Amino acid sequence: MSDLAIFDVNPAARIKSESPLSMSRATVSTLRLPQGAGVVIRERAFLGHLVLRGRVSDSAFVAGVEETLGLSLPLKAGGLSIGGKDEASIQWVSPDEWLIIVASGREFETETRLRACLAGHFAVMNVSGGQTVLELAGPAVREVLMKCTPYDVHPRNFPVGKGVSAVFAKSNAIIRRVADERWELVVRRSFADYLYRWVLDASEEFGVYVAE
Amino acid sequence: MSQRNRLDHGGRVDRSRPLRFTFNGVAYQGYAGDTLASALLANGIDVVNRSFKYSRPRGIVAAGAEEPNAIFQLGASEAAQVPNVRATQQALYDGLVATSTNGWPNVERDLMGVVGELGGRFMPPGFYYKTFMAPAAMWPKYEKVIRKAAGLGRSPKERDPDIYDHVNRHCDVLVVGAGPAGLAAALAAGRSGARVILCDEQEEMGGSLLDSREQIDGRPAPEWGAAVLAELAAMPEVLTLSRTTANGCHDHNFVTLHERRTEHLADTAPTFGGRRQVRARLHRVRAARVVLATGTHERPLVYAHNDVPGNMVAGAISTYIRRYAVAPGRRLVLSTTNDHAYRAALDWHGAGREVVAIVDARDNPNGDLVSEARALGIRVITGAAVIETRGKKRVTAALVAPIDPVGFRVRGPVEEISCDTVASSGGYSPVVHLAAHTGARPEWRDDILGFVPGKVRGMIPAGGVNGRMALAEALADGVEAGTRALSEAGFKPGGVMLPQVPRVREGRAVALYQVPHVKPAMRAPKQFVDQQNDVTAAGIELATREGFESIEHVKRYTGMGFGTDQGKLGNINAMAIAARCLKQTIPDTGTTVFRPNYTPITFGAIAGRHCREFFDPRRYTALHAWHVEHGAKFEEVGQWMRPWYYPRGNETMDEAVQRECRAVREGVGILDASTLGKIEIQGKDAREFLGRLYTNPWAKLTVGKCRYGLMCKDDGMVMDDGVTACLGENHFHMTTTTGGAAAVLDWLELWHQTEWPELEVYFNSVTDHWAAMAINGPNARKLLAELTDIDLANERFGFMDWCAGTVAGVPARVFRISFTGELSYEINVQANHAMHVWEALFEKGGKYGLTPYGTETMHVLRAEKGFIIVGQDTDGSVTPEDLGMQWCVGYKKPFSWIGRRALSRPDTKRGDRKQLVGLKPRDPRLVLQEGAQIVLERQIRIPMPMVGHVTSSYFSPTLGHGFALALVKGGSQRIGQTVYLPMPDGKVHEAEVVSPVFYDSKGDRQNV
Amino acid sequence: MLHIYCPHCEEYREEEEFRPKGEAHIARPKAPEETDDAAWGDYLFFRKNPRGVHHEQWLHAAGCRKFFNVTRHTVSYEILETYKVGQQPTARTTDKGGAK
Repeated sequence: MSDLAIFDVNPAARIKSESPLSMSRATVSTLRLPQGAGVVIRERAFLGHLVLRGRVSDSAFVAGVEETLGLSLPLKAGGLSIGGKDEASIQWVSPDEWLIIVASGREFETETRLRACLAGHFAVMNVSGGQTVLELAGPAVREVLMKCTPYDVHPRNFPVGKGVSAVFAKSNAIIRRVADERWELVVRRSFADYLYRWVLDASEEFGVYVAE
Repeated sequence: MSQRNRLDHGGRVDRSRPLRFTFNGVAYQGYAGDTLASALLANGIDVVNRSFKYSRPRGIVAAGAEEPNAIFQLGASEAAQVPNVRATQQALYDGLVATSTNGWPNVERDLMGVVGELGGRFMPPGFYYKTFMAPAAMWPKYEKVIRKAAGLGRSPKERDPDIYDHVNRHCDVLVVGAGPAGLAAALAAGRSGARVILCDEQEEMGGSLLDSREQIDGRPAPEWGAAVLAELAAMPEVLTLSRTTANGCHDHNFVTLHERRTEHLADTAPTFGGRRQVRARLHRVRAARVVLATGTHERPLVYAHNDVPGNMVAGAISTYIRRYAVAPGRRLVLSTTNDHAYRAALDWHGAGREVVAIVDARDNPNGDLVSEARALGIRVITGAAVIETRGKKRVTAALVAPIDPVGFRVRGPVEEISCDTVASSGGYSPVVHLAAHTGARPEWRDDILGFVPGKVRGMIPAGGVNGRMALAEALADGVEAGTRALSEAGFKPGGVMLPQVPRVREGRAVALYQVPHVKPAMRAPKQFVDQQNDVTAAGIELATREGFESIEHVKRYTGMGFGTDQGKLGNINAMAIAARCLKQTIPDTGTTVFRPNYTPITFGAIAGRHCREFFDPRRYTALHAWHVEHGAKFEEVGQWMRPWYYPRGNETMDEAVQRECRAVREGVGILDASTLGKIEIQGKDAREFLGRLYTNPWAKLTVGKCRYGLMCKDDGMVMDDGVTACLGENHFHMTTTTGGAAAVLDWLELWHQTEWPELEVYFNSVTDHWAAMAINGPNARKLLAELTDIDLANERFGFMDWCAGTVAGVPARVFRISFTGELSYEINVQANHAMHVWEALFEKGGKYGLTPYGTETMHVLRAEKGFIIVGQDTDGSVTPEDLGMQWCVGYKKPFSWIGRRALSRPDTKRGDRKQLVGLKPRDPRLVLQEGAQIVLERQIRIPMPMVGHVTSSYFSPTLGHGFALALVKGGSQRIGQTVYLPMPDGKVHEAEVVSPVFYDSKGDRQNV
Repeated sequence: MLHIYCPHCEEYREEEEFRPKGEAHIARPKAPEETDDAAWGDYLFFRKNPRGVHHEQWLHAAGCRKFFNVTRHTVSYEILETYKVGQQPTARTTDKGGAK
């Protein structure tokens, strides 16, 4: 009798998979070319999303996570570490919660390695099917974000390498600034269509291009 | 028509850009830079509206937000209609179409004016209440006529073609008002690098600088203002917003700014490069500090017939002449209590028009401006005031008399002076509205004869609103406020040199509000206090005589300062009159409460992007596209869009649902159950935690098993239910109701975080991660067997077991749980792979009659089994025992689980509590109405005790009759009894109380 | 629109990110079955409603999903402090009596 039931939820054979935004199509007129677009939108679909829970007072937990991912575990609110193996990222969500994003299909392996490395009270939960990443790039992104979230996205408050969960339109999102003019939204599957359409609509005045 | 009042030179209008517009159907011309009001005045339009109550002809009085009369309907097309536009705040654009909102059939020939004249004597405050009270049934008829006559503007009947939005902003210093104080404050704050927002409601920033005669730092005031604005524009962290009204101030320095982005261009927003532009934008600003530099509104004097067109506030005269190059008349009489208003006469004189007289209420006015007027040879009458004007559609003369402001009497003979324009000034009221929005009461200051803002945390008043009205003082106060705001926001002030202004010596003003008339106020010709709401001095006096002593009551009884006016011109005068009548001081009388919005804001701007498809999020499952493609009708469940039923061909809903029900009972059906809340629980104390939150025991649930659980609040009332599976010793998969998912997760966190943090357990929502497909029906096993590697034999995969395996090649957790009472498997796969599995099931399902079914069929099938839906069959007042679910209550669990203690409260032990029962209508074809009240007697008498209500009711194709679930007092003891359901149409339905389980009460079908 | 400092996220956030959860410091009796009906009723139903300084529980629903406490003046809406569950407030409750 095992303590946990962990299994790889991805099929062995290649099948037709659908990201949360596969159904959604741009209903507003977007530009045909990215030139001149104030905002370029792209879904980073099928990435591996893991929720990590644990205690920062447990130094073995912190060390284990860092060793497994090759990334520092952000201990301060808004912290976001990107890079290392798997083009992975780990983000502070709450004092005992982080979001790990790894390359497509690597979530089970990452979870297995984390479990091998960690002991005591912690949890790893796979949420890859439940959310997606929407990338927004371009000079007008900050202005678009101001139409979407009450969180202050000014560079003084939101430097590159920060991420927060906040109200977004009438839903929530994790907002991450990964480069000067490149931001990511982590959104829930069921809200993805609503948020995608919202962002397209809010971007219209600046010119918006949807990239593959 | 020529612009007969337009001056040949001067002003800030662009004479090379003429613009055409129509007003009440007549074409006119103005210039770029005009407001609609200045263009109307340029064209010599005297009557712009009819008054609200008395239908008196009215003209333009002011030049800004305080204008009470020139409030119009705008829009060339039906869809573009906008009511309540102040002409003084509307920039002229080519093709503008404006109409008066009052006046029927038109402003020049107004039928209601007859009523107004006749009614003069008998239309006191409360006139409509008193006159049209009885009979009540007639009110709708009266109202129609009165409303049409009164005219309140109208909303468009067609869809608004424009888009609007909200922008969230954060700043260190928000400066409201870009007059001298605001500009100085913004400059002081901006130079330090702080994030500064400067907003101003007007087309052009600069406020009073734009029509100032004074010099700043050796150059004309408007030039100084332009230089400051240019400097601010170059600062990257400074945002300047013109045409932007700070319309509401809320807690903790949250200020909403209403920016009109395209309303100066056309009546609908233009597109740029094919992209729709935002017509109006609401900025939601969180400011560390707010500098309130809203200036003052000049108070007109209250004299008889002060509403005849041609009567204006003095400052407006200067504004129209100096800013718009419009002199709105030929022969001016100025009635004033102060020096500052002399500017109007000097500007009028400078425009080459005749100043007939300046009537000063003071006995010995002696400031610099007074001397200047005298030096020009203008007649100055001292110790006197205009007590009445003559004329109907335009002033023809002013009656001037010596007055005693303190004794409130006319003290000498009346002189009639021929003129066409009367300007008046009773002083300057700080624009305290925003400061009052959060509840701070304004404070009276005798030295300035006005209210200044009460203290609001984080808000710093500067300039005129702070009682520092002279230009030099306003600038200095602005610099000081900007600097203070900055350091309070945590910045080091950069240096700002105080701008130098030559001093103008001003004499002290005298307190005068209502001007005494030779007749007592109640018998004098109407002296208007609030022209927008047609409130007179006599009306206020009458209100105080009728016993209204609180200024708030006087306001409500008279209507003074109501609606879009918010007491801008009239408020202080009204208080002064009330104070005089009540024989008390103005500060004792106090002010009324100013409320948002400062000026009207369109619904579009309030809604922003939150309308139409974005009004509320719509949540979709991973299978939504399939449902759409297969013709599903959808039902909104919370924010989820769930398939309701899947009509085929011309099927009605009833037909579709009956077909779907039969398919499940006889073959196999499939439901998209993805919306059910799912919570993953990990940790060594997970089992203990479940035992504390659920009513039933969890200690012995083994790995591989599922259990239904009820959750109560600590008051013992059911709040949610669902099946939880034991995945591992320390690992559980909880399901919740669709609507309760978020609340249940919060509920788990609440208890964990606040009461039992020592329990080692973590929860996380996996609702969206798993897609869930429930296949139900006798053929379910055969269908699934074709696609899975799981051994489906009943002995190895029994009812309430779960197994992991693959379905259609996709790793899955399959739960053998049933919400229909049929053999059922709920397949959970990672949502990205759901469509593949769903389609694979249909590929194999044809031969078994696989039928998709929606929520309606789900409801019928579950109700046949007596399965409750929390929130439909319960309402927060229902215990597990009321539901007859004692089998789901762990009376012997060691921990006093949430809700346990409450079940022994006397109230929850009552035998006559409402309990869940089934109802079988006597008429088998009848489907009872959900919500119908239940009584025990056929004979209806009123009142009679109601013993319960129907919670769920359907027609069952399986049973062949209608059936219902109901909550009935003492219901468990009433099985077999007959109850009655009186309906609004007089019919009384009859039903038998039965067990809530209508179908397969032993549960054989789900156990096969 | 309150501006609330989340003690976990360590910054001010807008009110729309939070959910009010009623009076703070309502502890569940340790032995419910031994608690008499009156005391249990107090725990379930009775709450202070002061006109003045009040301790409230809030949830940072759109942020870290942590519950925490807020000391707030119910008339001025001034927030005197926010603190984590398990910590004690420094500002005492005041009550000026019923609204005028």
